[in-house]
Formats: sequence, structure tokens, C-alpha cells
Amino acid sequence: MNMKVNLAGVELKNPVMEASGTFGSGAEYGEFVDLNRLGAVVTKGVANVPWPGNPTPRIAETCGGMLNAIGLQNPGIDVFARRDIPFLKKYDTKIVVNVCGKTTEDYIEVVERLGDEPVDLLEINISCPNVKEGGIAFGQDPKAVEAITKACKAHAKQPVIMKLSPNVTDITIMAKAAEAGGADAISLINTLTGMKIDVNRRTFALANKTGGLSGPAIKPVAVRMVYQAANAVKVPIIGMGGIQNSEDALEFILAGATAVAVGTANFNNPYATVEVIDGIRDYMEKNGVQDIRELIGAVR
Amino acid sequence: MAKIKETARVISQEKLADGVYSMWIDSPAIASQAVPGQFISLYCRDGARLLPRPISLCEIDREGGRLRIVYRIAGKGTAEFSAYQAGDPAEIMGPLGNGFPLEAAEGKRVFLIGGGIGVPPMLETAKALKGEKIIVLGYRDSQMFLKDEFEKTGSVFAATEDGSFGTKGNVLDAIRENGLKGDVIFACGPTPMLRALKNWAAQEGIECYLSLEERMACGIGACLACVCQSKEVDEHSHVHNKRICKEGPVFRAEEVEL
Repeated sequence: MNMKVNLAGVELKNPVMEASGTFGSGAEYGEFVDLNRLGAVVTKGVANVPWPGNPTPRIAETCGGMLNAIGLQNPGIDVFARRDIPFLKKYDTKIVVNVCGKTTEDYIEVVERLGDEPVDLLEINISCPNVKEGGIAFGQDPKAVEAITKACKAHAKQPVIMKLSPNVTDITIMAKAAEAGGADAISLINTLTGMKIDVNRRTFALANKTGGLSGPAIKPVAVRMVYQAANAVKVPIIGMGGIQNSEDALEFILAGATAVAVGTANFNNPYATVEVIDGIRDYMEKNGVQDIRELIGAVR
Repeated sequence: MAKIKETARVISQEKLADGVYSMWIDSPAIASQAVPGQFISLYCRDGARLLPRPISLCEIDREGGRLRIVYRIAGKGTAEFSAYQAGDPAEIMGPLGNGFPLEAAEGKRVFLIGGGIGVPPMLETAKALKGEKIIVLGYRDSQMFLKDEFEKTGSVFAATEDGSFGTKGNVLDAIRENGLKGDVIFACGPTPMLRALKNWAAQEGIECYLSLEERMACGIGACLACVCQSKEVDEHSHVHNKRICKEGPVFRAEEVEL
């Protein structure tokens, strides 16, 4: 039985990774799960310099989901390269580095720095709804998506995954723009912009007023968008958005995702990633599926 | 020390005051490692409530393998917990955070100060400290949960907001009214109380440790939701944001901006 998938020329031992920002660089969750079991570890977004992120409160729970406005707090590429990459290299898993920036130059600086580092894939975050500059500003205009993709590709030594925002009218336009810019893969969805109001304090639940909605509440939106994108582009897709268990992950794979990422579920269950891997294997055994690739995009 | 996530069993549940509950949980694995000032994450059974609730440890019974939490109903999650009965499962993770630096109190007169739902973690701290303790507790009104249990461990001074018992006002009013003196402060409570104590400790030149609270998601230092502003550059992100769940919840007062 084969669970290996090929993602933009990189072979993953299985299609399961975790979603950027929910897992740090793996050290904290490594106390609960064997990181060697994951298809890849996707790091929290890293910029050219340290970012302090947003004021607190940074999170709020909603029914079946949560809002976050962390604001991409990160230590910057220098500390990241010195500390987090050597940590991850101790494990037999692929390393996907999520890259964030305020300007095209910021993104390029990080992409170039990573060129000589032993990482496998770059995921370009053009979809964070919680930072004022960069982030989503690049992800809601197809011309900007294509341009930033081209710029990153021109400087990248590793394959480039463009992480798309669901806060758009037509996801296929953004997927096509990323493909036109030379993206090797796309990942979707990032969080949906939302708001929660605390009626007792009569103010916003988040200091940032708005935040990104994640968790099972957004899964049907994510599955729909993965399905639409899969029918619009040829590049492989990493599907994510509310995956809590293997059944959820299989929905994304059947909709057309080559790989899947588990995000918010880690907060609810630190073992979620490995449980998804085990569950997919059980499903394949039970249903006589010899190769996971038979399932990718099998529902049309 | 390893963090444990497990399905534990509720031993007992008791209402202590309006909206304040005490739950004993059977968890030898966590009880054997936990120290005063640490907390656990308690997960809801209702799948629509995704995030665990961080709740401080009120008592740690190592021999009996039991943990006690005393918590206030603040929303639907804690309301769910308050309905748990003896024998029910309780999904928990712990021990989390750093705890109070008990060694800093050795041979000193220590102030143990709790305000509101910050009172509970001070009980295990009071039981763990053998020297001279000055316990100051702040409550809204005369429903002074846990006060009798503190009295078994040292001299207790109380303040109530409505003046129905002890000093009318807050914990600092009680300290001033009773002319209390100490060498080191361990405190947990609402941010305005902690801010006032930080300023008072600085004026008086008293060493001060504060247990902070913030909304949390992961509880283990990965998500960066529960940061506080720190004076020094933090070790994780190299900015000025220490993680309350990981570097805290207890910080030296000078270390944090409140």
C-alpha cells in the first residue's frame, strides 16, 4: 500500500502536514507526536527581520472555530536559520518554510536566504488577514499574485508553494494567477476574515478588531475552494481548512488535494496529525485502496 | 518533566460560591510532577468549543495522585465543566507553565496575594511554603471561597470590594490598613491588581512575582496567542513578547509591562 505523494518534485512519505502558524517549528508538539511520522513540517511564517505581532487578545473562540490575529510574530530569518532549521533537520520529514513579508523585497530577501539552507519547499504567505501591509494585500489581486509569484520563483532554489486567501470572490482566478506566475504548487485555504464582539464589554473580542476564522466551521468552504482550484489548475494543491480527522482529510484529497494540512485541530488535540495519518491508512486498507494517488481528485 | 494529555476522572465537584466551583480530578501522572503556580488545560466535551481552558492548580495531592481546580464560570466552557460529576471523564493536559519560584521565598517573610479567581493558585503555594506567610485575599463580597483553607496555613487578611468583610477595597488597601510587611510577593489576580502590586513593590523595594493570565489556544508555546510585553528580548521570537503559557505564567514584576 502506497501513501507517498509527490509534491512539486518532493516526495512526501504521506500526504499529511500541519498548517503554518499552528505548530511553531515543531518543537512544542514534538513532545506529543513523533515528527518523523509527518509527511512534512510547515513552519510558522518567517520574515526578514523579527516581527512583534499584534496586541492581545489575539484569539477568540467561536462556535466550531476560532479567530486569531497573532500578526505573524516571528524571530526573523537569522534566528530561524540558526535555531529552527537545525532542529527540524534531526527528523526524517520534509521541511516547508512559510515565508511572510511586507514588501516584495522582504519576501525575496527571505527566499534568497533560504536558497542555501537544507529546506525542501517554500510556502509564500500572501494571505494573512492580520497584518496591515503585505500578507493578504498580495493575495486579493490576481496581478499582484502573479507578480509576487514570479518574483519569488526568480530567486528561489526550492519549489514554491503559493498560499492563497479564501477572502476573494473567485478562487480559480487566484489559483490561475499563481500558476501563471510559475508556482510549483498552491495551498489553500488560509483563514477567512471574521469578527467577534464581546457584548458584556461592548467591544471587539480581538485587539485587532478582525481576525482569521479557522477550525471545522470553515471546512465546507475550504473543500469547495480546493475542488474549484483543482479543476482550474494543473499544479498540485495542499488542502486545508478545518481538518480535524482522517475523514475530513480524505474529503480534501477526493476533492483534488495532493496533500493536506492539519491546523486548528492541533490546539484541540495535539495528536491530531498522526491520528489523521493512521486514519487515512485504515481507510485505504478497509476500502482496498492500493495507492493514495487513486484518491486524489477522485470525486469530480 | 513531560507534559501529559489524558482522559482523567472527576473525583468530586462542589460549588464554593456563586459561580465558583471546586473540582478534584484523579491524575497521578500530572500530580506527581506539578508545582504550585502551574496550570492545566481542560478540554470541553462539546466539539463546537475547540480551545482548552487554562485553569490554575489550586491543590496538588502527590500521594493521592489528585489535582484540585477552583474556577469561576466565565462562559459556556466553564459552565460545561461545572456540570461534571464524580466519575465523569475530564480531558486534561498538564502540568503547564513554570510555577512560583519557591526558592525565592526561603527564609523570607512572603506575601501571598490572591484577588478574585486569582485566589486558588495561592492555596497550593501557601501549603508548599514552610516559612512566615502573610496571606492577603481580595474578594467581591463576603463569599470568601477558600479563605478557611488558607487560615490553616498562615495568617489571613481579607479585603472585600463591598466592605462586607475585612478591609473595604482591594488587597493593597488591606496591606496598608493592617500595616503588613514582607520581603517577597507572590501574587495572582486581575491585571489592575497586579499592576498596583508591581508599582507598590517597586516603591517599597520588595521582590515581586506575578502570575498573569491571557487567552490561550495551544497552552504549550506554539501558537503565540498568549504573549505579554516583556522588558527584555524574549528567547522565542527575539522581540519583547514572552509567552504566558511557557515562560510564565509567573514572571518577575520588573520583567513585564502591565
